[in-house]
Amino acid sequence: MPDIKDILSGNQNAGAKLIRLIEDRDPSAHEVLKALYPHSGNAFIIGITGSPGVGKSTLIDALIAEFLKLNKKIGVIAVDPSSPVSGGAILGDRLRMQRHAADPNVFIRSMASRGQKGGLSRAAKDAALVLDAMGYDILIIETAGAGQTEVDVAGIVHCVGIVTIPGTGDGIQAIKAGILETGDVFILNKCDRPDSDAAEFELNMMISMRPPSPGSWKAVVVKTRALDGTGVKELAEVFLSHYAFLNQEGRLEQKRKNQEGKYFQSLVADLALEKIMSALETSKAYQEALQKMELNGTDPLSAAESVVGGITIGNFKK
Amino acid sequence: MATNKKIRILIAKPGLDGHDKGAKVVSLALRDAGMEVIYSGLHQTLDQIIQSATQEAVDVIGLSIMSGAHLPICQKLKAMMQEKGLVHTKLTVGGVIPHQDIPKLQEIGVAAVFPGGTSFEDIIKGINSLFD
Repeated sequence: MPDIKDILSGNQNAGAKLIRLIEDRDPSAHEVLKALYPHSGNAFIIGITGSPGVGKSTLIDALIAEFLKLNKKIGVIAVDPSSPVSGGAILGDRLRMQRHAADPNVFIRSMASRGQKGGLSRAAKDAALVLDAMGYDILIIETAGAGQTEVDVAGIVHCVGIVTIPGTGDGIQAIKAGILETGDVFILNKCDRPDSDAAEFELNMMISMRPPSPGSWKAVVVKTRALDGTGVKELAEVFLSHYAFLNQEGRLEQKRKNQEGKYFQSLVADLALEKIMSALETSKAYQEALQKMELNGTDPLSAAESVVGGITIGNFKK
Repeated sequence: MATNKKIRILIAKPGLDGHDKGAKVVSLALRDAGMEVIYSGLHQTLDQIIQSATQEAVDVIGLSIMSGAHLPICQKLKAMMQEKGLVHTKLTVGGVIPHQDIPKLQEIGVAAVFPGGTSFEDIIKGINSLFD
């Protein structure tokens, strides 16, 4: 069991071991997380998302270099999908961030989604809490995906960066994927490609069509070429200016409160489901219903109803 | 809470040799066997390997070495692992490894050696058996 003092003092070995317990869903992780919670809330958390191949990892590698110049400590959590067939995974994001692999101010952790919905696991949220408590100033959570995943990312980060490249279709693609509501910064990577001006124009147009609300952040489009670092300094500045914006008028505090409420809600749902399921699966009613389905040809809907119908919720007063 | 443990393995190629096809196909085979493979690619320094293994909290480091330098590399890495507190992490090696070197590698503390020609099945079995 990793020592809380070691984690708070930034010991990478201790922090990494705790993150391992988190993703293995080891019950002992909960106790340590509870103790760390009061020490978190200091990091600026950026989500970087976009389709596979748009250059997210390479971009993060370049961003790390920029943030290091500002004497920041950077933590990266790179989520890749688990194979739905074998449950295994190849985690290759680290490959693009090798030049920072031995820098003591950088902590890079790859994480497999392990089949959790939305692609972004609760484990990523808890791992961010660990890195936050360890004293990393800026956390970057990288996820692949389009559509739903962005919404999940938005729930655990302070700033959503969406990476796209020129030539992936017309503006309708952006509307239908629903990514516009969640993006704070749109990054047009590989901007040396043809049509990048047109793509920038379309993104800006999309943003201008968002319903304006007073006092809210206006999304920004930044053109980059991660491979040679073009535009990455500007991108880092945009992220930091978003952070400065959030720090005004209690916006960040409000965001944290909202996210904490949602985190609580999802924890209750997870823990309740586990508790109920572990009781149900060993119950007589469950086994009987399963048997009836197999032997008597009872349909699954009736079988499930017969089990769940037997649950009484007694001790919760309104 | 239901535990959800998987074997995590770092695949790395130390030094200058640039042949990574073997490391890639082995990575795929391990993924298909349900393991989580952190593929860190070519030209790794030993410092980078140690740092990656630490941050990724892997159970196994799998080196792919074709250069003939497996003995000094393993010896040095093993000492660094000890020094950095990676005491439960297993070191394994594959690649061009002459059979007479296998006992020497074992003596250094390499947990498993998979010389060229080892089947995927045997590699997977060999790695799984480290955790029996």
